[in-house]
Amino acid sequence: MTTKVSSPEMKSLHFQPRTPATSTSDKVVAAVSHTALTIWTLIVILPLLWTVMSSFKTSSEIFASPFALPSQWNLDNYTKAWSEAGIGAAFLNSVLVVAVALVIVMVLGAMCAYVLARYTFPGSRAIYYLMLAGLTFPIFLAMVPLFFVLKNMGLLNTLPGLILVYVGFALPFTVFFLFSFFKSLPHEITEAAALDGAGEWRTFFQVMLPMAKPGLASVAIFNFLGLWNQFLIPVSINAAGPRVLSQELAAFAGQMGYAVDFGALFAAVTVTVVPVLIVYIIFQRQLQGSVSQGTSK
Amino acid sequence: MTVVKTQQSRNDDGLAAVVPAAAPQQLVKRRRKPLTWDKVSFFAVFLGLPLAIYLLFVIWPFIQAFGYSLTDWSGFSPTQNFIGLENYAKIFTDDIFMKAMGNNILLVIFLPIITIILSLVLASLVTVGGSSKGQIKGLRNSSFYRVVSFFPYTIPAIAIGIMWGQIYDPSGGLLNGLLTGLGLDQFKDFAWLGNKDTAMIATMFVIVWGFVGFYMVLFVAGIKGIPAELFEAARIDGAGRFRTAVSITIPLIRDNIQTAYIYMGILALDAFVYMAALNSGGGPDNSTLVMAQQLFFTAFSKGQFGLASAMGVVLAVATLIFSGLVFVVNRLTGGDKDVSL
Repeated sequence: MTTKVSSPEMKSLHFQPRTPATSTSDKVVAAVSHTALTIWTLIVILPLLWTVMSSFKTSSEIFASPFALPSQWNLDNYTKAWSEAGIGAAFLNSVLVVAVALVIVMVLGAMCAYVLARYTFPGSRAIYYLMLAGLTFPIFLAMVPLFFVLKNMGLLNTLPGLILVYVGFALPFTVFFLFSFFKSLPHEITEAAALDGAGEWRTFFQVMLPMAKPGLASVAIFNFLGLWNQFLIPVSINAAGPRVLSQELAAFAGQMGYAVDFGALFAAVTVTVVPVLIVYIIFQRQLQGSVSQGTSK
Repeated sequence: MTVVKTQQSRNDDGLAAVVPAAAPQQLVKRRRKPLTWDKVSFFAVFLGLPLAIYLLFVIWPFIQAFGYSLTDWSGFSPTQNFIGLENYAKIFTDDIFMKAMGNNILLVIFLPIITIILSLVLASLVTVGGSSKGQIKGLRNSSFYRVVSFFPYTIPAIAIGIMWGQIYDPSGGLLNGLLTGLGLDQFKDFAWLGNKDTAMIATMFVIVWGFVGFYMVLFVAGIKGIPAELFEAARIDGAGRFRTAVSITIPLIRDNIQTAYIYMGILALDAFVYMAALNSGGGPDNSTLVMAQQLFFTAFSKGQFGLASAMGVVLAVATLIFSGLVFVVNRLTGGDKDVSL
């Protein structure tokens, strides 16, 4: 089939110049496409730019005109948001909680996925389906009982409690993704490792885990975004504990009296948005790759 | 060397018993090796530890929720009485909860369709919008559009909500500023989120804004996975761009579309963060109230944990029905029978 298709092309190539002239219809299509994509790009980027610009204005300037540039560019709003509104402390809490939870869930998830993918034992399918169940049920259903589970353990309103719950809820996705990944690694490698005298532990940590690096990187990126953006879990089980970023933002915006400092609110949003955005722009190539990996399993 | 390897792996696939030779015997022996400390500790830690956390913090609460939903527990009272399905009866006669459910259904109908169509169109423009001669290729500078469109996905939902709350602000917001700037003076001081006719549409737009880029990237990846010969063949057969998109692209990435549909649907049944950020009180006439908000309020403000658990069960059942419907529809229309989550 391939040869049939390519032969007329080859012939036509003979008579045509190497770079085919673009026809008028092509130009029209390209122009329309570029216009449509540009419009969407503007819809995405204008709100972000406007937020950044407003974060330098005072509240009265914001209400005077949505477009006027700030009269003076200073970081007053940022210092207010960072220290007075507690965004700084919450930011650090978020970094701590997400980093610890991410490391734990990646290690545990990889171990669990490895065992499920490479060994057959009674109940392995059941465990696999149990994981599927965790992915499909809405988190909301678990929140009320979870509140009391943590309360009984003395972990309610604490960061360790939050970390453990993050690990639990990120686990099914991690296991699922890595399951297919470990399954696709060749069996010969484990055999070779076993012949060379490596035990189960060593085979996993020194042979299989390094081979799974691309898969691990993709899952880690998605887990990071998922946990960093998590809102429901902290407001339910950490309402009175040390706040994480999404909680603090909501609390800040929720004061919505007339006294709310809108300039500082914009600054708080900017502080939340910009670091992750910068990391994304740096690593976007890997991320585009991992989106395709995640779906073409 | 490689020959030996493939033979070994073939034996491993279950043929070991059939092949009568010296090497397979060794293999059988190795399989029956008694449990060593290495193996026992390996299984205990590798399977036991993750499962323990998962069962305690995820599965056990899910199971408990079903139990609580049959009681009148307030959470802090020491006793909880079994009241059967009374909570469910209460929910389904509660006008406010039914209103919230209606809003969720609205979201489930419109959000996935709008998001998927918009992201499919953008993904197609990016991948096959290029020249119709020579190699099949995308638009020039297409990666720029792709990178920028993905931006919202990296922003926490609560920040998206707060940001758009300000953009929709009647007097100082960006949207009304733009519209009055274009001469549309009727939008001066128009409260997008304060009017019951526009609040839901405005809220939906925010969610679509947040997810189009992600699904666009997903679809671009799917389209790039289609062999170029297929597009070439279609072109030679005289198919135009639109025909190619409808007859080649969409059928070949329908698994991706199904995944996207289910994810967006599950999100639409929740939607808590966006609603809480844009209209924490449920909006004018409860026009943006969703079940999740009502559940949260019932549990953590009113302390009616039994009733709230029943709402959670309703939400879970709705999610399962939705996923089931998508599967059935996809299979009836000739899709793949496998699940690809």
